[in-house]
Order: sequence, then structure tokens, then C-alpha cells
Amino acid sequence: MGVLIILILVSLAVALAFLFAFIWSVKSGQYEDDYTPSVRMLFDDEQDKSTNTDNQS
Amino acid sequence: MSQKATKNITSCHHCGDDCRDETIKLADKVFCCLGCKTVYEILQANELGAYYEIQAQAGQKQSTKKEGKYDFLDDEKIQEQLTLFKDEERSSVSFSLPQIHCSACIWLLERLYKFNSAVVESKVNFLKKELSIVFNHQELSLKDLAELLQSIGYAPDIALDQLNDGKKKKRRAYDRKLIYQIGLAGFAFGNIMLLSLPDYFGIDYEIDAELSRVFNWLNMLLATPVAIYSGQDYFKSAWYSLRQKRLNIDVPIALGVAVLFLRSTYEIVGQYGSGYFDSLCGLLFFLLLGRLFQQKIYHQLSFERDYRSYFPIAISRLANGKTKSVPLDKIEKGQKILVRNGELIPVDARLLKGKARLDNSFISGESRLIEKAIGDKIFAGGRQVGEAIELEVLKPLDQSRLTALWNRYAKMNKGKMESHFSQGTDKISEWFTPIILLIAIATAIIHFSEGWSAVFETVSAVLIVACPCALALAAPFTFGHAIRKVGRVGCYLRDSGVMEEMSKMDHLVFDKTGTLTYKSGAKIQYKGSSLNEYEKGAFSAMLNQSTHPLSKALLAEFRDVDPILLDHFEEIEGKGLLAVIEGKIFQIGSPEWLQAEVEESNGSHVALSFEKEPLGVFHIQTSVREGLKESLNQLAGDYQLSVLSGDHAGTRSQFKKLFPQNSELLFEQSPESKVAYIEQLQEQGKKVAMIGDGLNDSAALQSADLGISIAEDVHAFAPASDLILEGDRFNFLPSLFAYAKYARTIVWISFVISFLYNLIGLSFAVRGELSPVIAAILMPISSITVVGFVSLATWVKPIKAAE
Repeated sequence: MGVLIILILVSLAVALAFLFAFIWSVKSGQYEDDYTPSVRMLFDDEQDKSTNTDNQS
Repeated sequence: MSQKATKNITSCHHCGDDCRDETIKLADKVFCCLGCKTVYEILQANELGAYYEIQAQAGQKQSTKKEGKYDFLDDEKIQEQLTLFKDEERSSVSFSLPQIHCSACIWLLERLYKFNSAVVESKVNFLKKELSIVFNHQELSLKDLAELLQSIGYAPDIALDQLNDGKKKKRRAYDRKLIYQIGLAGFAFGNIMLLSLPDYFGIDYEIDAELSRVFNWLNMLLATPVAIYSGQDYFKSAWYSLRQKRLNIDVPIALGVAVLFLRSTYEIVGQYGSGYFDSLCGLLFFLLLGRLFQQKIYHQLSFERDYRSYFPIAISRLANGKTKSVPLDKIEKGQKILVRNGELIPVDARLLKGKARLDNSFISGESRLIEKAIGDKIFAGGRQVGEAIELEVLKPLDQSRLTALWNRYAKMNKGKMESHFSQGTDKISEWFTPIILLIAIATAIIHFSEGWSAVFETVSAVLIVACPCALALAAPFTFGHAIRKVGRVGCYLRDSGVMEEMSKMDHLVFDKTGTLTYKSGAKIQYKGSSLNEYEKGAFSAMLNQSTHPLSKALLAEFRDVDPILLDHFEEIEGKGLLAVIEGKIFQIGSPEWLQAEVEESNGSHVALSFEKEPLGVFHIQTSVREGLKESLNQLAGDYQLSVLSGDHAGTRSQFKKLFPQNSELLFEQSPESKVAYIEQLQEQGKKVAMIGDGLNDSAALQSADLGISIAEDVHAFAPASDLILEGDRFNFLPSLFAYAKYARTIVWISFVISFLYNLIGLSFAVRGELSPVIAAILMPISSITVVGFVSLATWVKPIKAAE
């Protein structure tokens, strides 16, 4: 029975961790803009980097 | 300029517009104007040419750059109001850039650091069309930053209203507190259900009584924050409503939640049972979900726009022969101001110097330019066309005629929608709550003989089961679905209360220009002798010189013509245009002036003549929206219709034919008289919806029970209203009104369904047979039935264009 209680407590702790992860994600504004990141990730990084290094060198 | 015109139409490499008047070539690229070419060069110089690879012709047409447009950003107070965050080195600002329209915009704007290394970070929010920038303010001033954006074709739109409440009222995509509340309730709901699973299956705890007690206490631990944090809004609202001696729907909900909590605590502490904590958390979880669902926010739209969004932030003040950019609200009576071509006159003023030609379409809806003489009084809201004029301020901003009118109605309208439930739900609660309380008292009397604990148990069971969860979900889900559904056909509601309001209208008042008719795109017909290329060229050149709205409309007819150089040109006020080419006189103007014969009476007529001989007449008819007649026919069955137009009565006969017999058509209406007309209808007990478009309807839209603004471009131009409808969806209006009525019927049907569930629950409760399991089953089932029913019902009814 003791094992059962430990298991329950562990599972609750995991659930709590997810709850706090959720609260954090809301707080950091991850749901504020659900469109732009989807476009942003499609931009070619390489092209950007090459011009970047050109500028620095 | 007109001599350079080419016939073959190519599209601009930068903005994709047709290069009609002149073309500028750079290498193998063609541009429509200098502005576009400049942007292209700037992008090339900064190695950002990939802009055009992401989206061909991604740019915006560059209007002539106005020097000193952002001078006011040097003002420290304005800077402070715009800055979101500032430390020793860095500042953070957020600009609204209405030009953002494609992925290339995002790409370019997020590489601002390439233009100027003082920009630390720039981030686009595409849906809100906003750019937030972190920059080093010691190296780059706010003004330079704005001008940098302007130079690449993204001129920040900084309006007066942003200054006053921009920082405090930052628009969020959603209500964060509500999300936390739902998260917490959902978390607790799931875990409590897990811990209550043995109860649901009726597993006997006799062997493990200890375990059962641990589970119960854990449940209580999980549910307590839910009741306090997630349920707080219901308690607050119930308390507020009771203090006002009213019974809104939050009262029985709060009562239910409180009783659930007390009863469960009593059972667990006294070890009588396992409590109803699962029902408590489930109830709050579903209720909060309903509230979230009801909040459909179109964050790219603004329903709050008033005059402040249209007026400039700063204006050029003249003092000691110099101009200085001064914030608009600092302008005082008696000061002199300078208004340039295309600028808005922001205050009531008197003309001191210059030729004032005002485009008053903003305030009156009239398309004709109005000329003013020196010393004339000019009301705020007109747009100057032509040369720069000097004005003496007669009244400061907040006392000017239009601003005063708007302010009055804006104040009146505040607090219109306070409750987060629909009016229908609250109305039901007025008699639902007393009945529940009576049943509870009756139950107490019946069980009185069995002792206090029996009374407590049965009464609390009654209050638990009577908690109107399904009832409270009916309206949010119906209107939530309805808002989304009408949003798909281009009709955007401010909030779900608007849908309910919409179902109660009985009188519709229309504006004319821009609402019943298209803003541009007049129907033009020509009657007379055909024109040869030479004559066409002459008329085209003349129309090119004129700023009169009719000239602009006619110019479209001469699109493919090479203009001819004019030897002499003059514009005769109230009559027309006169030009001399190689000794021959060409005239364009009113038929009376040129003694041309006119057949039809409605619409505007423009005659052409050569050497005093009339050649022919253009008949310009402001074109009515497609499907207008059909829409009006359908609406006439259910509603009384009226037209209030700021325009002259020239089109009366045309509209008389379109509207049913008993409709009232009023012309030459001022913004004030529009409001007066609506108020007069309201005094007769009518529910009035105003359908308009321009700022001239702004006050009327506010004072009506329902303000509908028709917008060609919903992102750019819509005065404060309850509902924004896309212009080309005008013929959906009858169907939308019918849908609103339908939605209200659905709400009432689901009220009946939820009552039936309450009755079933009560039949258990009064007999003292409500076990936690029954409560845990009944509550979700009733909610699911109601939500399922309204979802289905709202989606099966189509919204169609009038036929």
C-alpha cells in the first residue's frame, strides 16, 4: 500500500510539473502570436548566415 | 510628366502595380515610381535582395515621401508615451505597420539590424500587424527609426489614441487570467477523477480504509485552489449582483460551487463519504471553457476606433515665421497652424492664407471638393487638397465640433456590456434562482423530522444539482459558434453580446455613400459623337491637371491615351475645365455651362466641348452595391428601412426605386442630424441598427443600439462599431440578421433541455438519493448534451447571399 501512495505522489508531482510548464508557456507569451513563427521558420538560414559573415569579415 | 507616358503596361518590380504614367528603369527592372526604385536600391545596398525572392513584387507602392512626418517623435513626452521599456542603453517600442501583408514583410522587418546596427532585435506579429523593436537609443533616435521604416516602405502608423492609452491597454490575444484558471481547473479535474476512480467502480475500501482517506484528502488539497482561484470570478460577480439587488446567473452558480465545497469538506472531514470534488472541478472547468469559447477576438481588427485613430499626432504650428511640430493636444485657441496637401484639418479653425479646397468626404460623405474663402470657418475633419494653407485655431481639439460629438457618444456607450453572460441567461436567472431556493426550503421542511444532518445533506444536494451548469453553457457556446460562423463570411462581431442584440432589431438605418454604393468605381456612360485620338489626348491632359473627384473618375476612361501638351489651362470654379491647344479651345464641365443636352436626371453629368461645340456628355452614376435590391427586398419583410445620406439629393429617384414604399430617404444630413434621427426612433421604442461606413457616421453608429460599419478593407478603415462587415458581403446582411434570430431560438431550446436535466437531478436530490457518482455523471452529461446540440444546430444553418 505504501508503494501505491508513493506512486500517486510521484504522478501528482509530474502532473504539477506540467501545470507549471503550461503556466510558464502562457506567461512567456508563446500563445500571443501563433502565425508568425510558422512563417519565420521557413526562411532560409544559410543565405542569411553567408551575408552575415560577409559583413563581419 | 504626362508626356513620358508609355502605352505598354508593365508591372513594377517592387510593388506590382501597373506602371501607367511613367516608368523608371534600373538594369532590367522596371519601377512605377521613384519611391519604389528607392526602396529597391536601399534593399540592394543592404544585401536584402532576397526580399523579392520570398514574394515577388512584395513591396508597397511608395507615396511621395513626406518630409518631417515624424518630427514629433523628437518630443520627449511623446517618446516616453510610445516607449514600452527603457534602460540606460536600450529602448523597446512597438509600431503598428498596416503595410505588413506577406512573408517577405516578416523576413525584411526582422532583418532591420542590417540597415542600422543600433537595432538589437525586431520581431513581427503578423496577425496584429505589429513590429516590436529593441534598439540602442543612444545611437539611434526614435524619429530616425521611424524614418528608416518609412524609407523601406513601412511607414509606422502612429495615431493619437496610441499615445493616450497605448501602454496601459496593451491588446492581448486572449485573457491570460482565464487561461490560468482553466489550466488549474483542468489539472485538478483530471487528477481528482483519477483518485476517485475506485468510487466510480464501487470498489469496496474495507481492506484499505487508510488508502481511501489519503485519496480523499488529496482530492481536497487539489480542489481547494480551484474553488478559490478558478471560481473567484463567479463569487465576485454573484456578490456584485446581489448588492445591486439582482439575481444574475452567477448567483446560483456561486451558490452551487460553495455548497459543493462545504458539503464535500464536511463529508471528508467527518469521514462520511468521499465528497463531490470531481463535480466541483468539472463544473468550473466547463464553465470557464465556455467563457473562453465565447471570446472570439479578431486581434487584427479594432472596434474601438474613434477620431483619434484618424487624426495626426502632431501638427505644424507657425510662430515667428517658423514652423514647429507640436503635439495635437497642445494646440490652443488663437495659434496659427499650417496644413499641407493631403493633411487632415484636426481642429475647428479660420482660414488665414492660401487656397483651401476641402475634401469633406470624411465628415459629410459628400464627394465634391469644397472651396473656402479667406476668413471662412473650417470645421475639423476635412482634408486639404492643393497648396498648403494657414489657419487660425478657433477651438482646441477636444472642443471642436466633431470631436465633441464623438466624445459624447463614446462615453455613453461605455459599460454597455458588463456581464459575461448573455442578457437572456440573466433574465432566466431572475426567476430560476428563487424557484431553486423555494425547492431547497421545501426539502428542508420535508426532511426536518429526520434531524439536522439529513436536512443539510438533502438541501445541499438540491443546491448542487440545481447548479445551472448546462444553462450557463448554452449561450456562450451558441454565440461562440455563431461568431465564428459569421466571421467566415466576412462579418466580424465585437463580442458575443452583439449577436443577441442583432436578433432584436426592428429598424435599419443606412448611410448612402460607401454603404449602399461603392466608394469608388462609378458607372460611366458616354453619349455623343465619338472622339478622335487628338481630342482624347487633350481631354486626358486636362483631367490630369484637375483634382476634382469627377475628373478623377473620368480619367479612368482615358487610360490608354497619350496626353497632349496644353498651352493654357484653367479650372473655373463650379463650372469646369478650360484649355487651349494650338489656339483651339477645349472644355470639360457642367452641361449647363457648355449648353449640352442631358436626358436622364439622376447621377452627375459632365459635358465635353471643342471650340464651344458640345461633343457629348458623360453620365456618371454612383454604382450601387451588387445585390442591393435583393437584399433590401428581403430585409423589407422584417424591418423598417431608412436612408440618411450626407450627399446632395441628386440620387433620390434612383434610391426611391430600390427601397420599399414606406422607407424614409433623407439627404443632406449632418452627423448631428443622423444622431437626432436615430434617437427619435429610439424614443418611439424602436431598436435601431445603423449601417454606415465613414467617420461621418461615427456618432450615429455609437448612438444606435447596433452599429454596423461597412469596410472595403477591414484592417485599415472602420469607425468604432459593434460589427464590421466586409463591403462585398453586403448582400449577406438579410441572412446574417436571420441567423442572429435563429441563434437566439437555439439558446432558448437549450435552456429547456438543461431544465429537464435539472428536474431529473432534483428528483434524486429531494429524496436524498443523490450520490457523488450520480452527480458526477449527471453534470457532464447535461453539459455535453447542450454543447453538442448547439454546436450541431448552429452549423447546419447556412448563411447565404440574398438572391
